[in-house]
Amino acid sequence: MRRLSQQQFYELADQYLRKELNDTDRLAFEAFCAENPSFSAQLSQHKEFINHMQATSRRMDFKSQLALSAKEFRKTQAKELKITKQTQLSTAADADTKESQLPGETKVISILNRYKINSFIAAAAVAIVAVFSTLWVSGYYKTLEKTSSNYSALRREMNTVRKNVNAHNVALRNINSKKDADVSSSHYGATGFMVTNDGYVVTNFHVVNGADSVYLQNNKGDSFKASIVYTDADKDLAILFIKDHNFKGSKNLPYTFKSAASELGEDIYTIGFPRDEAVYGQGYLSSATGYAGDTVSYQISIPVNPGNSGGPVLDNRGNVIGIISGKQTGIDGAAFAIKTQTLLSALKDIPTDSLKTKIVLNKKNNLKGLPRTEQVKHLRDYIYMVKVY
Amino acid sequence: MSKISRSFTIDSDQHILDGIRRGDSVALDAIYKLYYPSVEHMILQNNGSHEEAQDIFQEAVIVLYDKVSLGNFELTSKLKTFLYAVARRLWLKQLNRAGLSYADISQYEDSLAADDDIEKHEELDSKFDKMEQAMEKLGEPCKTILQDFYLLQQSMQEICDKFGYTNADNAKTQKYKCLQRLKKLFFTL
Repeated sequence: MRRLSQQQFYELADQYLRKELNDTDRLAFEAFCAENPSFSAQLSQHKEFINHMQATSRRMDFKSQLALSAKEFRKTQAKELKITKQTQLSTAADADTKESQLPGETKVISILNRYKINSFIAAAAVAIVAVFSTLWVSGYYKTLEKTSSNYSALRREMNTVRKNVNAHNVALRNINSKKDADVSSSHYGATGFMVTNDGYVVTNFHVVNGADSVYLQNNKGDSFKASIVYTDADKDLAILFIKDHNFKGSKNLPYTFKSAASELGEDIYTIGFPRDEAVYGQGYLSSATGYAGDTVSYQISIPVNPGNSGGPVLDNRGNVIGIISGKQTGIDGAAFAIKTQTLLSALKDIPTDSLKTKIVLNKKNNLKGLPRTEQVKHLRDYIYMVKVY
Repeated sequence: MSKISRSFTIDSDQHILDGIRRGDSVALDAIYKLYYPSVEHMILQNNGSHEEAQDIFQEAVIVLYDKVSLGNFELTSKLKTFLYAVARRLWLKQLNRAGLSYADISQYEDSLAADDDIEKHEELDSKFDKMEQAMEKLGEPCKTILQDFYLLQQSMQEICDKFGYTNADNAKTQKYKCLQRLKKLFFTL
């Protein structure tokens, strides 16, 4: 046989493989391959390649067919799931009319037998119907509507969840960078206010108890590092000193400290940080003694929340009469504030060596006679969010 | 509704295998109805999602298809057991690959048949994948010309008419060039 070009060879090979060659050509081609081992190898390779191509193509068809079946199956599955649920619902609803129940049930049973896995879902559907109908019958939803206070509680929870999620995200992001420094394990927030304009701040002992470090954040958002100069666990008081070099001292305090006891029914207010923003709360002095007859504090009626601790309690004329310290759970409107007299005696108890400068209390009140909003505006510069790490 | 579809359902394993060989959609529908729920249950019980169950089951069916299309496949167990075992091996493999130690798939007994098969399957799968990709990259009109000629077994004259070549020789040249390109793509991938 004459020499063949590659193209001619493959053309013949295709025809040979498809058995389209007549007998003489076929024999000639076979003889040619027998003579030329390289072409013979090419032929078998070509054959294998074509076979593989055909197999691949059939396999692709099969795959797409399979995908179609999968889709079809999912559709029927979803449909039957829906039917199961509907029949379940209708059986529950028409408990009295037994006629309508029977065909529904047989259907359910036949489906359940065929798809045992669905029986779990069906059982769940029954359970859900039962739970909600019981709740509805027992009037649970009506009471839910009445207690509107649940609303704010719910929102608070959401905030906590979001905070947790953010913390998780931060933790996840830092998982590879190996710096766990800024993942604060636990930290608390509370309130504190200035005793003197050169940097002494008072808050509760329970706020800073066991603290690693304490930071004070003013209403402009600046944070200052503070050291604990004195604590009194019995009186639940702590005196902090801002030792941050960025802190330049402030103007004279606008409020004074009232050493005399205040009267019941006195109109009082507070500013604190139950959240990241200053929150104003007002009420009245309701009792001359605190929790379980504690004489160092008052009972006040101001709505307070975790984070209000250490906030100043002021009267109408801008005198500090106490420091928020806690509240009684289970009793409405029973919060407690440590009396200013207690604070003053605590200040006297501080050993002089632990003080950098002598504590001189402000005697001039700039708040007297101002409307409440103006008082609050002035006050806010002297009240800090205490951040304990 | 259920009665009608049931009369079409294929019950015996051999019928289904024949259907798979033909790529019959009724057989595939039947496979899903009969065997998917148990596989899904297994995967859901072992840290899997519905989507993952679908993927694994499809892969298991393809393993079956590959075996059947090779021609010498003989079912030694029930088809249900076979698919379940293959799916379990595939799922284990996927879990291992993801670095999750498998908690409670410890009963190996009935998966021994599938052990080797998975290795073979992956080899085969990558080979088929290569060809699929090559065919994907080939582009038109080459893809259709080759498909018409080699898969649909059309004559060169038909292809010549369909693509409007002036004579069959031109079409042959074109076919030759296309095949060379496909080979090049396939072997360089």
